[in-house]
Amino acid sequence: MDLNLTSEEIQFRDEFRPWLATNVPADWAERREESLDSRFEYLRAWQRKLFEGGWTGVSWPKQYGGRGANLMLQVIFWQEMALASAPPMANTLGLGLIGPTIIAFGTEAQKTRYLAKILSAEEIWCQGFSEPNAGSDLASLQTEARLDGNFYVVNGLKTWNSYGWVADWCELVVRTDPNLPKHKGLTVLLVDMKSPGIIVRPLRQITGESEFAEVSFRDVRVPVENVVGNVNQGWDVAIGTLMHERGTFGAGLQITFRRNIERLIELAGQLRRNGKSAAQDPLVRQKLAQCYAEIEVMRWNQMRAFSRISAAGVPGPEGSIQKIFWSELNQRLQQVAQELLGSYGQLAGISPHSVDKGIWAYGYLRSRGNTIEAGTSEIQRNIIGHFVLGLPRSY
Amino acid sequence: MQFGLNESQEILKQNARQFFAGECPMTHVRRLAESKQPYDPALWSKMAAQGYTGIIFPERYDGLGLGKVELILLMEEAGRALLPGPFWSTVALAGAVIDAVATDAQKTRYLAPICRGEVRSTLALLEAGAAWDLADAKLAANGKLTGEKLFVLDADVADFILVAAQSGVVLVEAQAPGLSITPMPALDLTRNFYAVQFKETPAEKLGDGVNLARALDIATAALVAEMVGGMQRVLDLTVDYAKMRKQFGKPIGTFQAVQHQCADMYLETESSRSAAYYAAWALEHDARDAATATSIAKMYASDACRQVGNRGIQIHGGNGFAWENDLHLYYRRAKTSETMLGDATFHRERIARLVIDPVPTSCGGNDRSSR
Repeated sequence: MDLNLTSEEIQFRDEFRPWLATNVPADWAERREESLDSRFEYLRAWQRKLFEGGWTGVSWPKQYGGRGANLMLQVIFWQEMALASAPPMANTLGLGLIGPTIIAFGTEAQKTRYLAKILSAEEIWCQGFSEPNAGSDLASLQTEARLDGNFYVVNGLKTWNSYGWVADWCELVVRTDPNLPKHKGLTVLLVDMKSPGIIVRPLRQITGESEFAEVSFRDVRVPVENVVGNVNQGWDVAIGTLMHERGTFGAGLQITFRRNIERLIELAGQLRRNGKSAAQDPLVRQKLAQCYAEIEVMRWNQMRAFSRISAAGVPGPEGSIQKIFWSELNQRLQQVAQELLGSYGQLAGISPHSVDKGIWAYGYLRSRGNTIEAGTSEIQRNIIGHFVLGLPRSY
Repeated sequence: MQFGLNESQEILKQNARQFFAGECPMTHVRRLAESKQPYDPALWSKMAAQGYTGIIFPERYDGLGLGKVELILLMEEAGRALLPGPFWSTVALAGAVIDAVATDAQKTRYLAPICRGEVRSTLALLEAGAAWDLADAKLAANGKLTGEKLFVLDADVADFILVAAQSGVVLVEAQAPGLSITPMPALDLTRNFYAVQFKETPAEKLGDGVNLARALDIATAALVAEMVGGMQRVLDLTVDYAKMRKQFGKPIGTFQAVQHQCADMYLETESSRSAAYYAAWALEHDARDAATATSIAKMYASDACRQVGNRGIQIHGGNGFAWENDLHLYYRRAKTSETMLGDATFHRERIARLVIDPVPTSCGGNDRSSR
């Protein structure tokens, strides 16, 4: 056990940190309030800048535009991005999920065709997984693809597609053989979102934003060379993607949470409770300390999980607890923020009295999605029960 | 950065697991608990022969000279086996205190016999107010000691007792005049508490006592590791039971109401383990956040070990409530450990003092006496 950074890790950090200090756009804090739509080109330009600096795809192979480095450097990349309060990159799903899936399952031609453009944000990606009647039970999905010569013809409806409204490409899971058992007849296709027959309708969510979209497919023709992995073995590919969803993605999250608790501690010094500073109120102190502690435990869990992945090449059993831990912790943190801020907690950013431009009211609502997106807490507990503890399948 | 165990750490952990499985099986734990025998001298000698009694202490005092991480791994396995007796109080508590505060001559006299397995010891800290704050250790020592300490673990088998006094740490020999030790019967059947009275009892001052807070942090991290081992065992027993016990024609582990509780037990156990390991590493390397990390670990594990025990008993149903089942032995130990050296509420307040209140740089946030 050695929690100090290696010389290689220090060297990477010491190169990246000053680059960020020079290049992180200064106006991000103001842009944050704009609608997703209007700030998207800004985020695309920022990713382009990172790409040109050679910082995107740290752990991706060099021949496809990555840096060819190990997983720990990728983790440090996300941490440094968070420490610098850098804007997120535009192609979140391409970088975090679809790129790694193509690296793991794609053909040489697919890797050459798609990967570099994911890194440069030239092509934005979305995922077509969930359907109105296939959420947690993803394998029951009904969107069908029928072979017609050298094309698959796709019909169906996908929902909760993050970035669906702006995506150029989609990693789509379809049913290619309805006669096989539900997990066996699925295939993953890479679909050009400009194909005729695709209609994208934004979904308005609890926060008022539209991060997600509903995408319908009507006789959409997809060339057979766009199959990822083997036909009718798409479940393995889709699960591979979801494993990445629980991968290094969260490395920067812990730093964001840490920044939030530090800000709440600062605010506690300015607010009043029972005739004294809220920072001196025993209950407030207990709750802030609990959040602070859980964020540290989340960090240590992550460090163990990343160490395991980098040593063994595969996620260890502790990896499966990360999603539950961060999502439920964020909900507790947002609730503590609301309790601490009291009446201020509800104010929108446009109110002249708002605290931190309304991020606490927004964060409170947004955090409800955390235990649903990327696999509900219930599904995560099923995964631990069955795959980690070896209990019988419950469904 | 590598948070995993290295090869020698893995070997130490595996060896300890085999050692306790062979030398301290549950039948043996039960025999000791039910015979009211405080510990097994033969087992103690075998542990000393393994070097366990001197694991973290310098070789010049006949210790093994290993680090806090190694101590934590050993304690985890001891906790898994529910090792009865004064191992934690002698090595991780009294030993760490002597190592931190005593002079070289005192270490040769008191620490070396601990390392060699010749003596047992403990620390008397709590007074009638039952507060874990060092500032509440009010007993005055001036060559002689008069007064009472409560909740002193393993006092009746200690060859000497360390006492946290107002002026620092003092040492009282078991045969000293004016010393009387009376049992405080409690929940835990595998570890015993005593009230210790001093009446004009001769007491030797140990060093200057300035490093006591750090020694208590080492003992706290070791206790957390022991709790993790216990949680792991309760989780294993419960998962095995959920696979075997059938109702409605299926193993009860098939039902999500049961399965999700097992998943939560797993989350709580692994998270406590991460915290124990991190705290040990931070203490070993005198990291800036060592005190905070230790309190976080104890806070988290104190709540987690209770919840793991609650869930374990619930999933076992009536069997979990039965005396014959081993669960209650772990449950009792967990409850004692939850309170020992400060429960979650105590440590949350200590964390608040370390991270919310402005801390004078002179004490680096590492001063337990100010908590």
